[in-house]
Parts: sequence; C-alpha cells; structure tokens
Amino acid sequence: MKGQFRFLLAALPLAVAIGLGGLFYDRLGKNPSELPSVLIGKPAPEFDLPGLDPGQPGFATADLRAGSVTVVNVFASWCAPCRIEHPILTKLAGQPGFRLVGLAYKDKPEATKAFLAELGNPYALIGSDLAGRVAIDWGVYGVPETYVVSKQGEIMWKHVGELTDEVIARELQPLVEKLAQ
Amino acid sequence: MIAELGHFALILAFTVACAQGTVPLFGAWRGHLPSIRLADTAAVLQFVLVAGAFAALMHAYVTSDFSVANVYANSHSQKPLLYKITGLWGNHEGSLLLWAFMLSLFGAMVALFGRNLPDSFRARALAVQGLVGVGFMAFMIFTSNPFLRMDPAPLEGQGLNPILQDPGLAFHPPFLYAGYVGISIAFSFAVAALIEGRVPPSWARWVRPWTLAAWAMLTIGITGGSYWAYYELGWGGFWFWDPVENASLMPWLAATALLHSAIVVEKRDTLKSWTILLAIVAFSLSLLGTFLVRSGVLTSVHAFASDPERGFFILVFLGSVTGGALTLYAIRAPALKAGGLFQTISREGALVLNNLLLATATATVLLGTLYPLILDVLTGTKVSVGPPFYNATFMPLMVPLIVALGIGPLLPWKRGDLFAVLDRLKFIALASVVAAALVLWLTMDAPLMAIVAFAFAFFLAGSVILEFVDRVRLRQLGLAGAFRRLFTLPRGAIGMSLAHFGMAVSVIGIAAATGFAQEHLGVMKAGDTLDFGGYHLTFKGVEQVPGPNYTAARGTVEVEGVGLLQPETRRFVAPPMETTESAIHSTPWGDLYVVVGDKAGEGYATRIYWKPFVIWIWAGGVIMAFGGFVSLSDRRLRVGAPIRRAAPAAAPAE
Repeated sequence: MKGQFRFLLAALPLAVAIGLGGLFYDRLGKNPSELPSVLIGKPAPEFDLPGLDPGQPGFATADLRAGSVTVVNVFASWCAPCRIEHPILTKLAGQPGFRLVGLAYKDKPEATKAFLAELGNPYALIGSDLAGRVAIDWGVYGVPETYVVSKQGEIMWKHVGELTDEVIARELQPLVEKLAQ
Repeated sequence: MIAELGHFALILAFTVACAQGTVPLFGAWRGHLPSIRLADTAAVLQFVLVAGAFAALMHAYVTSDFSVANVYANSHSQKPLLYKITGLWGNHEGSLLLWAFMLSLFGAMVALFGRNLPDSFRARALAVQGLVGVGFMAFMIFTSNPFLRMDPAPLEGQGLNPILQDPGLAFHPPFLYAGYVGISIAFSFAVAALIEGRVPPSWARWVRPWTLAAWAMLTIGITGGSYWAYYELGWGGFWFWDPVENASLMPWLAATALLHSAIVVEKRDTLKSWTILLAIVAFSLSLLGTFLVRSGVLTSVHAFASDPERGFFILVFLGSVTGGALTLYAIRAPALKAGGLFQTISREGALVLNNLLLATATATVLLGTLYPLILDVLTGTKVSVGPPFYNATFMPLMVPLIVALGIGPLLPWKRGDLFAVLDRLKFIALASVVAAALVLWLTMDAPLMAIVAFAFAFFLAGSVILEFVDRVRLRQLGLAGAFRRLFTLPRGAIGMSLAHFGMAVSVIGIAAATGFAQEHLGVMKAGDTLDFGGYHLTFKGVEQVPGPNYTAARGTVEVEGVGLLQPETRRFVAPPMETTESAIHSTPWGDLYVVVGDKAGEGYATRIYWKPFVIWIWAGGVIMAFGGFVSLSDRRLRVGAPIRRAAPAAAPAE
C-alpha cells in the first residue's frame, strides 16, 4: 500500500506537466489579446455613478437612453496607455453624432481631475467608479477600454486597449454612423 | 562568407551535440571507456563550435552586414556600437543563439572543471546537457536561423526597438540567460542521478556550485531588470507581475529552494527525491519562460514576435525535456532511500519549512501566470491576474518565510530547542517591534502592511547579525579576534549571512517604497516652484537636444542643494518611437524621481515622485548575489574538498 502511494506521488509531477502541456497545445496559434464580450447586443447593466465633484452630474444608465449614441471610455489617471490614447480621444470627441462619456476606473476623483487638468477633458460626462463595481458588471478587462452603446442603451461594440486611428476609422466610426441614423 | 561559416559551425555543433547526447549514455551503461571519455571532448568541441557561430553573428552585427536578415531586422548603421553588440540578443533568433552559447559554455565547464565527478556520472550528465543542446540547436537550424541571407542586401537596417537601447536592458538578459542555463546543470545532474538510480550525499556537493552560480546570476538579472523597469518606464514602479517577470521569478524561487534542500541532502542524506524534483522543476520553469515569451500563448510587454510553428516546436521540446525527466522521476524516485531522521524543530526542519514555503510561492506565481490561460481554455472566460492577486497570496507567504529565515540558522542540526532560540532572539524581536512602532509614530498615518513588513525585516536583519556575531565570537574574542576568526570561517556561512541580510534590506526597501511613496502630478510652467519630499524644486523649462540617433526634449528642474535634474523624452527615427528617460536623484534614504512629459497649454506635464529607501530593493538583490559568490568561493566546493564518505563507485544502476 505504502509502495503504491509512493509511486502515485512520484507520478504526480508528470501528470501536472502533461495537463499543462495540453493547455498550451490548445492555445497555440490563437491570439490571447482577442477578447469577446458576452454583453454585445444586450442592454447595458443598471448603474448610477457619482461625478468627480459632489455638485457635478455623474453617469447613470438613464444617460445611455437619452437619445444619442454613446461612446463609453474606461480610463484611469494611473494607466499609462490612457495617456497615449488621450490625444486620440480629444480628436474623437470633436466629431458629431455621439456623446463621449468617461468611466474613471478605480481612480481617486482628485487624481482624475489632475489628469484631466493636465491633458484636457474630452468627456461630456464622467462617472467615478472608485470601487470598480460597475466595471465588473460591464466586464471590463483592463484600462483603457471603449464601448459603443446604441440610442436604446444596448452595448454594440467593445475594444480592449487603447484606441488607434485605424480602429476608429475601420470599426468605431462606421458603427456610430449606422447607429446614429 | 563569415555568416555562412557561422551557420556551418552551428550545424556541426548540432551533430556534435547529437553524439554527445547518445554515445556517452551507451558507454556509461556498458562500461565502455572510450565512449565515456567522448563526453568531455564533445562538450568542449560543441562549445568551440557554438562560440564560433556566436562570434560570426557578432561580426555581422558589429560590421552592420544587412545582407543577414537578422541584422537587417534588428540593427541600424547609426546605432552606437554598444547597442549594435547587444542588439544580437534583443531578438528571437539571436537570443536563442545566446542560450545555446551559454548552454555549451556550462557543458564545457563541467567537462573541464568537473574532474572530481565520477567518470560515468559526468558522462551521463554531459549527455543530458548535450540532448538539451540538440533541442536548442535544432530549433534554430530548422525554424529560426539567425544566419539567413537576403538578396539583394538592403542598404539600411530597420533599427532596434529604442526602448532596448539602454545599458540596463542591454545587460540584464545575459545574466538571466546565464541563470536559466546554469540551472540546466542541476537538471542534467538530477537526470544523471536518476539514471544511476541513486543520490549519494556527495551529489548535493557536486550540484551546489552550479546551482549557486546560476542562482547568483539570476538574482543579478532579476535585480537589473527590475531597476531598468524603474528608471526607464517612467512610472516609478519596480515590479509589475508581468508574465515574463514571473517567468524569471519562478526559476529563482525554485533554485532558492533547491540550494537549501541540497544542504539537507549533503549534511543529513535525506530529502533526496524532493531535491531531484526541484532541480527538474527549476529548469522546466526556465524553459517555460522561454516558451511563454516566444509562443504567443500569453500577452506580455516582453513578448517576441510569435509564430505558431515555433510555438509548437518549443512545446514539443519542453514536453520532451520536462516529460522525459519527470517520467524517469516517476519510475526511479520511489526507490530512492531516505537517510537520517530528524525532529521537526531542527535546522533540517527549518529548511523543510523554507522549501514548503518557497515551493508554495512558486506554485502561486505559476497559478497566477497561467490562470488566465487555464480559465480561457476551460470556460472561454477572459480574465487578467494582477497585483491584487499576488498581494493577497504571495505576500502572506513571505511573512512566515522571513520568520523562518531569522530562526532557522540559529537551530542546531537533528534536534533543536525552539524556546532556547526564541530566548536568544527575544531582545531582537522586542527591538524590531519597538523600531516599527517608532516608524509608525514618526510617520503618523503609515499603512499597516508596511509597518508589519518593517517589523519582520528588522527582526530578520537583527537575527542574521546575532547569528553572525555569535559565529565570529565577537563577544568572547573582541573585535580584533573576531576579525581574525572571520577568515577561518567557511565561506558558505558568510555567504548565507550576506544573502539573508540582503533579503532583509530588500524587504525594507519594498515596504518603504510602496508604503511611503509620495507623488506630484501636474502641469508646470518655466519658473514654477514646488516644495516636495523635503526638496525645493524650480522648473526651468524644456529644450530640444540632438542625440546620436534621436532628438530629445530635455526638461530641466533645479533642486536646491542638489543641482539640476534633466529628464528627457527621446524621439527615435528608426523605428519612430518615443522613450522616457526619467531623472533620478538617488540617495540611500530615498529617490527624487522626475519625469517631464508633453506640452500641455503653457507648461509641461510633470510627474515627480519621492520613493523612500527604494534603492535598498536592488541593493538587497546585489548583497544576495554577492553572498552567492562568496559562498561559491567556499573551500568545500573547490578541488580537494574533504570527502567524508567513500567516493561513490562508478557503477551502473542495475
């Protein structure tokens, strides 16, 4: 009995290695940065976030059904790619047909304000998700992330990582134009 | 012509490695002496050939021979010579050649300096080393040839990623590779011991210098990489739990465990199958790092351009090395006999505890690194695992480890008295708590975790000093007598004290820099002043400065009593890219860290950090590595070491 136990114990590392090998084999040739969202085509989750200052308006589900297409950008002052993305957002905000809304993810309002004071504020509305709970409902994988929400408040598109001119021209812009009609 | 010679040398080295991996195994099995002796010759020959291939590629880089595709893709004629040289290993093919070069170097060193090893054991170990080399060279020859020519030859290269043009980044990979590859020796020795079916206590003494050297190199590599991330990435962080950082941390943790468990094998003739397993796992984790970087299965900032075919090849290679060794382990390990018994409270007991904690820490990092992948395969869910996971799992493991680190070296072998040791340590424990409370009182609202970490680090440093003071008999012999005695002590003991003390220094640095950091983010105009972290700063403005292959926007910040700090944002031409060069005023008690970014309205975006004691993190790493080298110079590990038991006869297992 003891001998058998010793053998099983000695074979355990091999079993673990074979299991991991199988996992790796399954992953080969697939792109790990491709992230499907299960929320596409579904209504955005219910939420009501405060603004950066007590007096300022925040960002809630109702804002998504206010009659225009919404581009929701998840950002944070501590996120380096958000800085890189910022000039592109500023350019994007100047275009017609939609509202650009910011969701400040796990970021102290003072830090967010300093970030926006430094680089400029492209957002029509900002909700402060200090606890990160709303981001969990939205299935946020990391910052920055960008969503397109239809006039009816349904999530239509998701992009993980910073927006680039190419992604905007090829995917975001045509979709927003279609939804705005 | 020279590139073709290099390619030819590589193919020859491959065939030599094939012979090295098979003939000596047969020789050791049948007791055929010429076949056994082939191992040494082949190992040295393989090294000479791979070194030739390495030199040929180096020649192509130094002379900017853009007809070689690898040079064209990764170099540029305007690049400074230093970065032309280091560009060799800043890419997939070149870094593989560096791997193979170091692998054969270590093999040749075993052949030349491993004369104290029994012939058949050395032959088997070198054969395993040869087989690992076969895998690496086949990988290069069949999928990633660094000597591929281009016709017509381009006039100019495509440059090297400018972020790689930095002394810190240029030099930490060779140390990491030396570390990864050094562990291959422990692996080869473990497999050779499994083939022979026995692990004598002398095995631990044979494997120790190689593991120590590899561990010290790995420590330097990780320390250097962390310091590079700190000053180059411009955010003041020093560890990001990136998959590739983890890939270097896991072999380090496993090698640390191996170093300690090998002591138990040597002194007490027990814990054998565990130590063998650690050697296999440590090298497998080194290979896993290589696999993760090159196969594209995980996203990471370090990833090389990935290719499914290459990924498949490495997976097969990793599977053969790890799978083969673990199969042999499953067959042979149950028969390994455990030797001496010991009680739970003893030096051995403390080392077992150390091993349990380090193994759990390794498994934790492995789980955190692979969890996104596992979950994706099983459920299709995408998640990322970041610092919160490691703060909640890895950090709590470090607390008992530090306590064990403080107490363990004071326990005697076989049977110890915990209460006697605690009695010796009671003043140090009390002093640590008082000192930590003092820090809390001085800094007011300090984070609790940092204060707790301080208390443990003080305790560790104190008990290391106590153990050392008692070892040199400072209290009995006085300063001069203790100093003389220091030179008669085994170097291994001094190395241990240094390494453990380095750990305490690093923990203090990590606790202070994460718990007490201050930051100031904002737009500053020329002439603006700021009082920050006890310094008076004046922003002088930004000017454009030409560099050798870039133009820089150089900000100037005058710090009263210190001088000028000049951070830069560099814009490179080939390929077009920007890098941040932070300006750091380093002092032993903290770093003033300044980054000046883009123009924002009238002024410039500036980030200023105060990182107290941050330099201690890397100072601790350097002390640990130095301890490793001191231990490496121990008489016991060199030629002519006293052999307590009869030298094991060179007999096959069955």
